Amino acid sequence: MTRTFLAIGLALFAAPAFASSLLPQNESQSPSDATAPDSPQTGPVAAGSGPLQVTVSDESEWQDLGIAIPAFPTNTVVSTAAEGGNTEALGKNVARVVFNDLKNNGLFKPVGPDALPGIGYGEVAAPAFGGWRARSTEMLVHGFVKGGEDGRLTVGCYLYDVALGSELARQGYVVKPEEWRRAAHKCADMVYARLSGENPFFDSKIAYIAETGPKGRRRKQLAIMDSDGANHRFITSGQATALTPRYSPNYSRIVYLSYVSGNPRIYIYDIGTGRQQLVTEGKGPTFAPRWSLDGQSILYSMAIAGNTDIYRVSAEGGPSTKLTDSPGIDVGGSYSPDGSKIVFESDRSGSQQVYVMNADGSNQRRISFAGGRAATPEWSPRGDQIAFTHMGGNFRIAVMSPGGGNMRFLTDSWQDEAPTWAPNGRIVQFFRTARGSGRTSIWQVDLTGRNERRLNTPVDASDPAWGPVLP
Amino acid sequence: MSIRIAPVSLIALSLALAACASTPKDLPPPPQPSTSTNSAMSSQPTGPVPGSQADFLASVQSDTILFDTDRYNVDARDQGVLQSQAQWLARYPAKAISIEGHCDERGTRDYNIALGERRANAAKNYLVSLGIDASRITTVSYGKERPIALGSDEDSWAQNRRAVTVTVQ
Repeated sequence: MTRTFLAIGLALFAAPAFASSLLPQNESQSPSDATAPDSPQTGPVAAGSGPLQVTVSDESEWQDLGIAIPAFPTNTVVSTAAEGGNTEALGKNVARVVFNDLKNNGLFKPVGPDALPGIGYGEVAAPAFGGWRARSTEMLVHGFVKGGEDGRLTVGCYLYDVALGSELARQGYVVKPEEWRRAAHKCADMVYARLSGENPFFDSKIAYIAETGPKGRRRKQLAIMDSDGANHRFITSGQATALTPRYSPNYSRIVYLSYVSGNPRIYIYDIGTGRQQLVTEGKGPTFAPRWSLDGQSILYSMAIAGNTDIYRVSAEGGPSTKLTDSPGIDVGGSYSPDGSKIVFESDRSGSQQVYVMNADGSNQRRISFAGGRAATPEWSPRGDQIAFTHMGGNFRIAVMSPGGGNMRFLTDSWQDEAPTWAPNGRIVQFFRTARGSGRTSIWQVDLTGRNERRLNTPVDASDPAWGPVLP
Repeated sequence: MSIRIAPVSLIALSLALAACASTPKDLPPPPQPSTSTNSAMSSQPTGPVPGSQADFLASVQSDTILFDTDRYNVDARDQGVLQSQAQWLARYPAKAISIEGHCDERGTRDYNIALGERRANAAKNYLVSLGIDASRITTVSYGKERPIALGSDEDSWAQNRRAVTVTVQ
């Protein structure tokens, strides 16, 4: 896979340009006649009329929708630094990434480039619908890869409804060779969003803790990866235990807990410079850091004389504002999407339960009353659900409404913990600890609770934190 | 939250110490069976260096107190252990200690850091109530990150819910 990829500062990522500006517009360079894709028109398109649409509401099972994704052909085979070495091989790799994105998230039943015949470059814009109907294909994804003289790649992505014989959406992306997977994720996002009506989420990243070593002496390193587990990169060496990372909303920084000073303290790590800074000079240990939605401030928890409360501080430092003041452990915190409220955890009632307060700390009230203990609440980016760890015997991931009602379990294992939402609020990641060995792994499950799968990570993994969709 | 602790004099403590002389069976055994817990190690020609971590371990009932699930109160058995630590600290007034708070694996990560801090503070507060200067005692919580017993069973969890006193050398 792409483990050999090195460390590109996220800030260096150029935003992929979109259809109107990026698809081949210069007739002399784009394939000119009927054997090639047209120059797409502007706009990613919401071709109106009634194509098949799937539902991902909480109650209904996600439908299996047959999607064919053959390799993306190239107009001219040229060498590229992207995976595959040339644009033809890369075209197959791009289609594989699109296939895996769609397959791994349960909504679709795709068939990928390794099980399909190749297509000609001219078919990208003029699919052979008859042949695809004969394969019982419902949806068809076509695309192309072109190498530019500056080394950049242009990737086109088209979605067709086979039964209607019509195009549903198209986009194009110009990317640097090392960003080729982002073009594939954007393509998968286009297909997902067009067919589900939901917001995209594949082109996003995850910060987490990579774990190695025996249970009694776990080495815990800050690490990052793409939403599909690719482009994995260790951030810290593991000399000091690192825990509970959170990506800043623009992916430029990570706030996390480190024992580098010998005591638990929260730090901001700058991905571009590789430097980190202590967030606040507290009187006691600081932990459980969380970004505000705009990335301007940080919620954290601090223990003074054994009593833990939640504070807010500017991400640039300065004085902290104390938000809770109960005897007991108040910890964590996650903003509602409008920023007006914070959901957090407190044991002020005698056991861990979930509470909501206004963003200034006022009007604190308990919302979890379903029995057992409830911890690590995270507000969905859609605002309609709160995911949390339910502890009643086993630890299970559950969701409830912001009012505390309609609790549903999403997982059923010995110890599942610390949910984090996909940027579109349709999937939850968490980590699972194995009884006995203590080994950890990151899993994800959709809101139906049915499509559960483990992420591939190079070593054991915990504390996932899913960031927003990249621009 | 502050823990309410009645002031206890050291004299009362010595009596209490005598009363709970039997070592609780789930505590680690004294590392040096031949040494008396009450006599200064300096009288032993081959014993640990006075005031050292080894001397501390040889002198106290245990470096560790244990807690019930999700609790942080110092019970009578813990008090005996901490009294023996207080006696050692009284003997070496220049020595400082760090108390490490720990939890079992059956808790969420953030909460366990807070709970471990609570446990370490409970032990610290009791030592302070015995007359040990608070400035000599620091605390650190490791949450569930450093289990000493590696099983996933009640016995292991009971051993991991602990506060461990370490001398700062």
